[in-house]
Amino acid sequence: MIAQELYDLLKTTFSDGILEAKLDGVIDPWVSVAPDRILDVARFLRDDERTQFDLLTLLSGVDMTKGTLAAVYHLYSMKRNHKIVLKTFVPETHPHVQSVASIWRTADWQEREAFDMYGMIFDGHPDLRRILMPDDWDGHPLRKDYQVPEFYNGMKVPY
Amino acid sequence: MDATLTEVEKGRRPTTIPGLGRALRTEEMVISMGPQHPSTHGVLRLDIVVDGEIVADVIPRIGYLHRCFEKHCEHMANYQQVIPYVDRLDYVAAMSNEFGYVVAMEKMLKIQVPERVEYIRVIMAEFSRIVSHLIAIGTYGLDIGAWTPFLYCMRDREHVLDIFEETCGARLLYNYMWIGGLSHDVKPTFKDKVLEFCKYFRPNIKELNDLLSYNKIFIDRTASVGVLPGDVAVNFGVSGPVLRGSGVQWDIRKNDPYSIYNRFDFDIPFGKGEKGKVGDCWDRYMVRVHEMEQSVNIIEQAAKQLPEGDVQSAIPKRIRPEAGEIYMRTETPKGELGYYIISDGTASPFRIKVRPPCFVNLSALPAMCRGAMIADIIAILGSTDVVLGEVDR
Amino acid sequence: MGLLNQRFENGNVLLTSVDDVLAWGRLSSLWAMQFGLACCAIEMMATGASHYDLDRFGTFFRSSPRQADVMIVAGTVTLKMASRIKTLYDQMAEPRYVLSMGSCANCGGPYWEHGYHVLKGVDRVIPVDVYVPGCPPRPEALMEGLLKLKEKIRKERLILKQTA
Repeated sequence: MIAQELYDLLKTTFSDGILEAKLDGVIDPWVSVAPDRILDVARFLRDDERTQFDLLTLLSGVDMTKGTLAAVYHLYSMKRNHKIVLKTFVPETHPHVQSVASIWRTADWQEREAFDMYGMIFDGHPDLRRILMPDDWDGHPLRKDYQVPEFYNGMKVPY
Repeated sequence: MDATLTEVEKGRRPTTIPGLGRALRTEEMVISMGPQHPSTHGVLRLDIVVDGEIVADVIPRIGYLHRCFEKHCEHMANYQQVIPYVDRLDYVAAMSNEFGYVVAMEKMLKIQVPERVEYIRVIMAEFSRIVSHLIAIGTYGLDIGAWTPFLYCMRDREHVLDIFEETCGARLLYNYMWIGGLSHDVKPTFKDKVLEFCKYFRPNIKELNDLLSYNKIFIDRTASVGVLPGDVAVNFGVSGPVLRGSGVQWDIRKNDPYSIYNRFDFDIPFGKGEKGKVGDCWDRYMVRVHEMEQSVNIIEQAAKQLPEGDVQSAIPKRIRPEAGEIYMRTETPKGELGYYIISDGTASPFRIKVRPPCFVNLSALPAMCRGAMIADIIAILGSTDVVLGEVDR
Repeated sequence: MGLLNQRFENGNVLLTSVDDVLAWGRLSSLWAMQFGLACCAIEMMATGASHYDLDRFGTFFRSSPRQADVMIVAGTVTLKMASRIKTLYDQMAEPRYVLSMGSCANCGGPYWEHGYHVLKGVDRVIPVDVYVPGCPPRPEALMEGLLKLKEKIRKERLILKQTA
């Protein structure tokens, strides 16, 4: 199925959950989903026979600046050989997104990394802790306005 | 520090540890296979929850090599400066990382590189596959307890590193593939050396099979150990030899081809459960051995068809992609390496996210280890072939 | 020290100093701790393999810090790992030496500018004896670093403390 058909299918199934889309003039067409409907959309995309998206390749956080964070999901279907990109946008002050770790088990670690680097909180995640940074680190390093601390546990951090 | 250490410092037995998700039973013990360990292939820490010798759960703790790659990319003045950092992700097979990045950038910029560049890139990428698998096989033998195959693999690896060094001056981290071309053209003796290596290496694979692969002790330690079923593997997002060892015939060079791989004739080896169950450690290991043979086939075909040309004619003077994004994936020796590149129209990258195959493969480790014994964990970890530079970036 | 390198031509009696003999014994058999962190670890493995052999210098790798003389810090030291490196250094028995291999262990390497999690040089947590530059250093460079360390050990005076 090509991107336009997938978008039409999603729009008819989840009318208010699908917000906007950019399908033409881009290398990877994407569809924007509301942060509190992403779990239903994900389950539909994995289980429905027309879509069968069995592989979540990448779940990444992005700091879109202007106080918005985004979570981007790259989905592939090995059986049907098509792909789609989903995005959810959340404000920095309330960065809650539903977790899809129960749908694709690969989302477990990738959501933990998005939490560690950007501070996005995935509701329903079984074990949301820091994964790359030490447990007692302050702040979320990949945000654009991140300030590097001067000392950490007695060690000087900047050069 | 974690809760474990605090409880231990207070002299009390911990009731749970972070990541376990349930209370610790009285017969269980937590062993920390810490960041410095001869078998962990880098700085990986595993908290092993054991009941006697049987493993109840394995909790990997990573981040000991987090080198802030993505933050560096955002501060680089242009896209070419990212390439030395990309090298250092999977430092064992640096050419593959560069290949993935330049292919993604060229698709974004709509650059068509000369044919000579394509052929040389494929030859270098397949050489890096051979080098990576040699290290994987050598260190796997070392973990299981076989010292000799390691030295044989390193000896063969030195021949490949000589070819790399003659071409671009470096043994391990190259900065060779640039966006739009290569940094140096190959020497006139390149084709002969490559074909000579292929002739030299094929009997060595057979020697390795006689020494290690069909060795009874090796088979006893790896067959039917750490079985990962195919559908579980796909759900975990696993890729590369780990996925193909579970019987799933999926290789990006065939299923989603990039560069000129569709011009070459090669097979995709996958696990069939010859010595045990499908998806055990032996299958994953044998996929790597067969992949080396297929890489030699590809290199021979590419070297014989190598055309003339200028390798630097398509390198753009200024790289300023339009605002947009791309996700491009390539098949590295470890699996599916993806680059998600977002550009905001300026010369400096806005966001470069790496989809690391080893990170995702490592997340499937607990599922493979439950119910095994402690010595089996070493075998399973070695068969997933993790390189911590890629896991932690 | 020159006496020890000469042939035993005049019987089996040899005159030297205790310092020289102790230093010779220590430098000829430097057991390294197997401690590879990142890319430099691969070059360290290549140095230990058969092409550039380290065993002919008396060096081979031990997994436990308690059995090692020299810790070759090969690779980037991150802040999370720094406390573990200090623990490992403390676990080594004296006389112990540290060889910092590669740019990252010397000064933070290519990650010096924006690395919020990189320790800019392992000498911020442990004392270093020899620095080997390179990214990664060639095996010959690492061997040169070990030979320089042996030079340093040769000049050590244990019995008669020098003021300088």
